[in-house]
Amino acid sequence: MSEVDPKELRIVGFLCNWCSYGGADTAGVSRFKQPTDLRIIRVPCSGRVDPLFIIKALLNGADGVLVSGCHPRDCHYSDGNFYARRRLEMLKRLLPFLGIDDKRFHYTWISASEGQRWQQTVTDFTRQIHRLGPLHSDKEAQP
Amino acid sequence: MRVGVFICHCGSNIAGTVDVARAAAELRKVPGVAFATNYMYTCSEPGQEEIKQAIQREHLDRIVVAACSPRMHELTFRRTIEKAGLNRYFLEMANIREHISWVGLDKEANTNKAIETIKMAVAKVMQNRPLYSSSFKVNKRVLVIGGGVAGMQAALDCGDGGLEVVLVEKSPSVGGMMARLDKTFPTIDCSICILGPKMVDVAQHDKIKLYAYSEIEDIKGYVGNYQVKIRKKATYVDWIKCTGCGLCMEKCPSKNSYDYFNFGVAPTRAINIPFPQAIPKKAKIDPDFCRQFTKGKCGVCAKICPTGAIDYEMQDEIVTEDVGAIVVASGYGLIDMDKFPEYGAGRYPDVITGIQYERFLNASGPTEGHIVRPSDHAEPKTIVFVSCAGSRDKSLGIPYCSNFCCMYIAKQAILTKDHIPDSQSYVFYMDIRSPGKGYDEFTRRAQEDYGAKYVRGRVSRIYPKGKKMVVVGADTLLGTQVEVEADLVVLATAVTAAPGAAQLAEKLHISYDTFGFYVESHPKLRPVETNTSGVFLAGAAQGPKDIPASVGQGSAAAAKVLALFSKDMLESDPAVAKVNENTCVGCLKCKLTCPFGAIQEKELRGGKVVANVIETVCAGCGVCTSTCPCGAIQLSHFTDNQLLAEVNAICQK
Repeated sequence: MSEVDPKELRIVGFLCNWCSYGGADTAGVSRFKQPTDLRIIRVPCSGRVDPLFIIKALLNGADGVLVSGCHPRDCHYSDGNFYARRRLEMLKRLLPFLGIDDKRFHYTWISASEGQRWQQTVTDFTRQIHRLGPLHSDKEAQP
Repeated sequence: MRVGVFICHCGSNIAGTVDVARAAAELRKVPGVAFATNYMYTCSEPGQEEIKQAIQREHLDRIVVAACSPRMHELTFRRTIEKAGLNRYFLEMANIREHISWVGLDKEANTNKAIETIKMAVAKVMQNRPLYSSSFKVNKRVLVIGGGVAGMQAALDCGDGGLEVVLVEKSPSVGGMMARLDKTFPTIDCSICILGPKMVDVAQHDKIKLYAYSEIEDIKGYVGNYQVKIRKKATYVDWIKCTGCGLCMEKCPSKNSYDYFNFGVAPTRAINIPFPQAIPKKAKIDPDFCRQFTKGKCGVCAKICPTGAIDYEMQDEIVTEDVGAIVVASGYGLIDMDKFPEYGAGRYPDVITGIQYERFLNASGPTEGHIVRPSDHAEPKTIVFVSCAGSRDKSLGIPYCSNFCCMYIAKQAILTKDHIPDSQSYVFYMDIRSPGKGYDEFTRRAQEDYGAKYVRGRVSRIYPKGKKMVVVGADTLLGTQVEVEADLVVLATAVTAAPGAAQLAEKLHISYDTFGFYVESHPKLRPVETNTSGVFLAGAAQGPKDIPASVGQGSAAAAKVLALFSKDMLESDPAVAKVNENTCVGCLKCKLTCPFGAIQEKELRGGKVVANVIETVCAGCGVCTSTCPCGAIQLSHFTDNQLLAEVNAICQK
């Protein structure tokens, strides 16, 4: 997308198979254009996402991490996303203590029919990461 | 390890914006990759043959297919590699179409993204382990939710196919919306005359167990083995004793009850049988209006009932049914009239909805088929139909077309002329949508043979003037303002998801779209399946549709259930959690978080307690894996090693 810096940054996305991965597919089928920085990892449920994956990604070179699952109460596995929400909310508060701006991590809920919302989320998050620039943990704002 | 990478062009779908040849060349440099190629259509028969041959020729033991979404073709390619002798879980797909070629225009950036995405898949596939399905028994009973025409069709087809069917209907009678219609387009068949026999078949079928006036309370289990809790709502009438004689309804002194069946066109009694052809033909009390409940005394029906069926103390009852598959045919709803203040709907009695008008036309309706104005019961001579009342209106959050309104307006215009020969109908429309067999001819007949005046334009305002309603609109073909003094105005109100659709979806673990309609597995190729295996869709619960389409889907869903039940055993998905008993410390945190109760305690010989997964119950979400403090429980196919391999593949700079 033109508004986003053509030089790519490294963004990792964990998407649940049933809702958000489907939503990203729907965006594709509808040809909703998106920035190209994001790399998607498919997981069965947002509840499968271990916060340590996110920390590992951020410490090993990712500039941002996005997690997306089913809307609360619409989880394919009943309440996997409730577990995800608790863990990820904790993680968000923990990140500054690791010297990482918590704006580099975002979690959201997108259903399989919400292609447009997926496009918007990817575009907004990518723009946010570009605003923050590449992650050098030593230069990041301290809490 | 010898990984083979197959990059699909998908015609120009992928190759148009991704340099597939460069991607294949880059992949050949990746350690572990023994073979990488690009192919026009990998999913085609020669494409799959190419994979099989390469596996033999190059001695490949892991396969990556970079093509469309795994939600599309993962199963196809799993079968392919299985035929070539590999375990089907030695496959990974890289989604370079939906997530890359279709969403980016920059070929250079797309190609880099594709290469990295394929590298991630290679990293993961190298961590894959062979997995084997076990088989489990199927309970060959089917639950059908909703007793409208789609649900009844599904129930009858399943029943005729020899399956036991549990049919749950939330209102007191089966029949749904179709039972309320007078005639059906484009044949002007009498609706209840063609539906009635089906309703009787449902009641008399020895394989169908009908729960009328019941709702789904809770659903547990998985394909082949669901436990369903059904709430039988209190009717305050013992339906075993009730003969449907209707004496109670005649004598009931509470004459102003809201008539749900007739959409409030006229009041009914607090104890009532909704319509003459109701199945089951049993009375029920509406406690919101019954004097015994509102005032604490009355008891007329109890005194009059010849069989002593009235029971004011009746409570809701919960019953449990075990089934193996579920057909959801829960129907649709209609937008509230008060969403249109400019049309005065709800304020002026002579502005009514299409379905209310249908009840006026219907011989078994409250006016016995005589069309009258609700305000003064006079026969209307000028009738205005307003199409798209709410439909295709983004400001109301309904951008979609309600599918069948154009057709029923044409039908109602024809019927109006039949009922009142000296009447004149006007139809305000945006577009006439009649793309079915015999449909366009039908809308033309309404105009040419029955003289309905079609005005292309929207109605801006409706206001009363004496006894008339003035309809102000635009004629966009003539470019003029139009005012019609009407006796009666009929709004074709927009179709919405059924009330409670979202809550039902949550119980079923199926997805619904922004509007509350249920989402099918694939919009073209899997129209009645959901992403939850064993749950199928039929009728307008999936989106607005007319009777032929609903019946077609009902039968299609039944065919899917019969195909599923053609086997005695189903293969389980082996991507379930497994416990490493050596590292498990027995804290059982996993047991607390498992949404399905799939984890048990198990005592090993030395007395050590560990977690144990019941394979058939585990649904494979992986919540336990991210809970376990020592990584002892791992979700197969999505283990920590596999996911971290993908993370590392992206993050290595």
